[in-house]
Amino acid sequence: MRVVLAEDLFLLRDGLVRLLEAYDFEIAAAVESGPELARAFAESEPDVAIVDVRLPPSHTDEGLQCALAARRAKPGLPVLVLSQHVEQLYARELLADGNGGIGYLLKDRVFDAGQFVDAVRRVAAGGTAMDPQVISQLLSRRSQDKPMGMLTPRELEVMELMAQGRSNAAIASQMVITERAVAKHTSNIFGKLGLPPSDDDNRRVLAVLAYLDRG
Amino acid sequence: MNAMQERTKAAMLAAGRGVVVSVASLVGSITLFVWTVLSIVFIVLGIGLVTTPYVLELVRKHANRRRLLAVTWSDIRIPVPYRPFPKDLRTGFTGQVERTTLMLKDPATWRDIRWLLVDMTAGYVVATLAAALLIYPLEGLVLAAGLWRVFTDDRYWYGFVPVDSQATGLAAAALGAALFATGVLVSERLLRLHFVIARAMLAPTQKEELVRRIDRLTETRHEAVDTAASELRRIERDLHDGAQARLVAMGMNLGTVEALIEKDPAQAKKLLAMARESSAEALTELRDLVRGIHPPVLAERGLGDAVRALALRLPFESEVDAELGGRMDAAVESAAYFAVSETLTNAAKHSGADRVRVDIHHENSALRISVTDNGRGGARVGSGSGLSGIERRLGTFDGIMAVSSPAGGPTMVTMEIPCELS
Repeated sequence: MRVVLAEDLFLLRDGLVRLLEAYDFEIAAAVESGPELARAFAESEPDVAIVDVRLPPSHTDEGLQCALAARRAKPGLPVLVLSQHVEQLYARELLADGNGGIGYLLKDRVFDAGQFVDAVRRVAAGGTAMDPQVISQLLSRRSQDKPMGMLTPRELEVMELMAQGRSNAAIASQMVITERAVAKHTSNIFGKLGLPPSDDDNRRVLAVLAYLDRG
Repeated sequence: MNAMQERTKAAMLAAGRGVVVSVASLVGSITLFVWTVLSIVFIVLGIGLVTTPYVLELVRKHANRRRLLAVTWSDIRIPVPYRPFPKDLRTGFTGQVERTTLMLKDPATWRDIRWLLVDMTAGYVVATLAAALLIYPLEGLVLAAGLWRVFTDDRYWYGFVPVDSQATGLAAAALGAALFATGVLVSERLLRLHFVIARAMLAPTQKEELVRRIDRLTETRHEAVDTAASELRRIERDLHDGAQARLVAMGMNLGTVEALIEKDPAQAKKLLAMARESSAEALTELRDLVRGIHPPVLAERGLGDAVRALALRLPFESEVDAELGGRMDAAVESAAYFAVSETLTNAAKHSGADRVRVDIHHENSALRISVTDNGRGGARVGSGSGLSGIERRLGTFDGIMAVSSPAGGPTMVTMEIPCELS
């Protein structure tokens, strides 16, 4: 799998390259600035891009803008955005096109190599990987909601993991329950929130995220 | 013809205003001047010590009303130069004596008194003239129309025309018409002249303005330095007790891991997990600290999006309307951000609101921000409230804040900071 990597701090970039190579990814380009990233997007045709929000030369949200532009040019292009801080504002912008293939994680998540690589693969396959912090912020804002109030604590837990982009199998193993039980919980959640049921994992996640972010 | 009508209408309006002002000049200024002089003289007897602040306060109100009329009627701005009282003024009789001394030491007070004298003389004459030029001609008309008959035996002087017959009555009407025409031309200007005279008497001298400016700068500089110092202390404490301590613990754990890795791999693994947890916690703490120093979104996107991101983290519904054509100075941006943040925190804590609206825009070389919530109101800029902290912060940038918060709500906090966009 070909990866384009944009990160301005040498230590982190180097570490990520090593980590990804250890998990058999092919690094198509590892760059350190916005303009270089734009060029890498155009030339390397990556399967997935891992992009730091803040990049030189402007040290603003150059990486994010570059990733959004690349996705506008090529809808659904898988991009995993990394940052020192997560903001709902950015998450919303990344999810706005509803195409999937989006990840938004804190840099700290790299500590758990297995989970991080899992997130990269999920995004590359057109799935979603939202940082637990984004989800918990969204959930805490919606905690006063009526339909949300009808969810059992168990269902809330499933919803939180689902919104992060985990598959039923992953949720089942994390919560130590069967996949069937997860499926039952998810259909309950969709029923209570009034969302149309869907078999497609990605559509399902995007629907939940859209619901959480509404209003 | 239309222009003529407009002109006449404007002149009539000026005449009406002239009447108002001349009454204020004659009755208000004379009364207040007499009271002031008496009150100051009675200081010798002791009574004046108590009455003077009240009387001078009335004089200030009288002058401020004229300032207001000047700006609304003739667009003439007269600055308000009174020195504020210190905050720790004593109460009771001693406080009153202190107030008397402070007011008498304020050059603006003496300028007020001098203005009262000029206002009751020159000011009165000018204002009356503005009115009389348009009102007096009426009498000329009435005389011509027949009132002259009353004066056939005993001539009546209309201006310089002795009226005792139809012919002289008509002459009076002609004079009236001439006066009226003059009035149409000059009434507005006379009213304006009245306010110009008031400005000349009331406005502070350049030197006084500079003194006031220096006082203000000294005050805000002290506050800025204090705030910066206490911020640094807070950051130092947070780092010392937080990230720094965690890194120490982490290093220690890793050292133990090194020693244990062969003897007791299971224990070593447990310690490694702890070290990783510590590093994650240290990162979280650093992240919160950074947000408190300079929020990342502010650095990356500027004020509008930083406030939007902030609003998304609030426990209630919010609407952010930010129209900014560019970025401003980093320092101003940061001050504005924290002012909004503090206002929103205040609203969340005290107002009981479930909706808040933030409006941010830049016009006339100033950043204008308003934060409105639908809470219970009753917010005040007082000692120790978050709002006075904001006022201090903004003061460093010559920014100002106003709070409108009637009991029962809604609360609206408006802020304005002079700055340019780049």
